Amino acid sequence: MIKIVFFAALREQLDCAELSIAADKVKTVADIKQILSARNEQWRQTFSNSSLLSAVNHDMVDASQVVKAGDEVAFFPPVTGG
Amino acid sequence: MQNMLSRQEISIQTSDFSLADEVGLLEQDNLSDGAIVTFTGRVRNNNNGNSVTTLTLEHYPGMTEKALAKIIIQAKERWNIGRVKVIHRIGELAIGEQIVFVGITSKHRHDAFAANEFIMDYLKVKAPFWKKERISDAGQTSESWLDAKTTDTDKAGLWS
Repeated sequence: MIKIVFFAALREQLDCAELSIAADKVKTVADIKQILSARNEQWRQTFSNSSLLSAVNHDMVDASQVVKAGDEVAFFPPVTGG
Repeated sequence: MQNMLSRQEISIQTSDFSLADEVGLLEQDNLSDGAIVTFTGRVRNNNNGNSVTTLTLEHYPGMTEKALAKIIIQAKERWNIGRVKVIHRIGELAIGEQIVFVGITSKHRHDAFAANEFIMDYLKVKAPFWKKERISDAGQTSESWLDAKTTDTDKAGLWS
């Protein structure tokens, strides 16, 4: 399984903090985005936002990043700390 | 070992911090560094013309520490700096409260000044923190997540 987590405005829009998907269904972060976008209109809209950031195992990555079973994949809006 | 040392340089906490205590720790048993540069960020009472009442900070536990450790390693590679301390608060913060602290020591001032600004600029665009503000407008309160500023991205880009 791959654990997927969401933060901040994204988590609120989706009303979901985390979920899991089967690792054999996806090769890359882009594949995960595609599967999540297909859930419904709200998810499709949320994932169509090009400013969305993603991380795999706590490192920021782009959508071409390869994922494997046991990975933690995160999606979140641009950061606003400091 | 490098990683362990970096971890001690980073604190993500709900509680406040004391500037005097932090400067004390940077100075303690450190007679080789002649410069200490500190930055403290606080909650403003205004943003984009709105009256802010409180700020809530969310982060991504685990990734936050890793992202900050990477930024600190980069700063150490670029400048000749001694001690580093980065504190970032999370949770609900009131107007005027301290949010973030970056303290750096170095032999001479230039390295500490530059490294401090670099760490703040990178923290702003690479560390997974998000601010939600509660604003008050004509007696009505509302909450909204802050949008990232392109000026922050541009500023961080100047270091590369």
